[in-house]
Amino acid sequence: MAVNGAVTWLRRAGEMDGYGLSASDTEEVHVLAVDDSHVDRKVIERLLKITSCKVTAVDSGRRALQFLGLEDEKEASNGFDGLKVDLIITDYCMPGMTGYELLKKVKESSVFREIPVVIMSSEKVITRIDRCLEEGAEDFIVKPVKLSDVKRIIDCMTTDLRGGINKRKLRDEGEDRSSSSPTTVDSPTRRLKMTSLEEHVFSSKK
Amino acid sequence: MRRQLAIMRQSLFDQGYLDEQFIELEELQDDANPNFVEEVVTLYFRDSARLILNIQQALERKPFDFNKLDGYMHQFKGSSSSIGANKVKAESTLFREYCRSANAEGCLRAFQQLKKEYATLRKKLEAYFQLARQTGPLETASRPK
Repeated sequence: MAVNGAVTWLRRAGEMDGYGLSASDTEEVHVLAVDDSHVDRKVIERLLKITSCKVTAVDSGRRALQFLGLEDEKEASNGFDGLKVDLIITDYCMPGMTGYELLKKVKESSVFREIPVVIMSSEKVITRIDRCLEEGAEDFIVKPVKLSDVKRIIDCMTTDLRGGINKRKLRDEGEDRSSSSPTTVDSPTRRLKMTSLEEHVFSSKK
Repeated sequence: MRRQLAIMRQSLFDQGYLDEQFIELEELQDDANPNFVEEVVTLYFRDSARLILNIQQALERKPFDFNKLDGYMHQFKGSSSSIGANKVKAESTLFREYCRSANAEGCLRAFQQLKKEYATLRKKLEAYFQLARQTGPLETASRPK
């Protein structure tokens, strides 16, 4: 497990250092999908696989925490590289631990707080959406989930990844385009960063 | 048979049994996953049969536990929505409204109606997939190389 994890990590690090992420790059995104509904788990799993993601689907918040190694308030050790998760997509209404509670636990963890979390819900309640975003959720999908929803999420994620690399390259070339603060998961901030990147791309094409 | 299948499929949409979410699922099928929709629907019927039984049993206990009933129906509505079961979803919504207003008579009536719609949908989809399975191989054979 640790050997596989080390290989994955090295490959990823190697590609990032070499700015090797091209438009056709297909580094697999590993998504942890959480939903108590068997039907919905099957659907989200298929949607994610079609979007070229590796998927681990679990049926509860508790199992999600177990998978991450966060169960019982214990922090994960570094030995979990083999199970590295790039995105968590979770249902909101679940018995036991809700998606919101799972979101909070992930964001409270120093090891896992950087993992983007997306909430799914059949109920489009504005206060619920706001609460999740405030707690650090990247996005909120209204069920039933469609392929376009999943594509949008994955596209945003991989764009962020490339955005981070391009910003670093620009800094190395002496251009001060953005702050060097660590990537936050606060959506409005993330969108601002993406906008400044887009501006650079357009101006360089003149 | 292809034409019969197409007619059957179209009528499921025209008569409101299915909505666009079913089409979303159809679009996830490919050569490697040719039976994806049938697999999801089979899963749905298995899970929802259990939920219907739970609701049935809960409705035999007086007074009604409206919270519990609403909880079961929330799950039922969710998976019905995920496969595009339009009419069944609508009946679920009605049932939940009666739960929220603690209307016992309403719940009983809505549940009877829901079971009817569910049984109809099940019959129609089972017939559809049976025909699709018979038709499927024919389509492949006639496809030009």
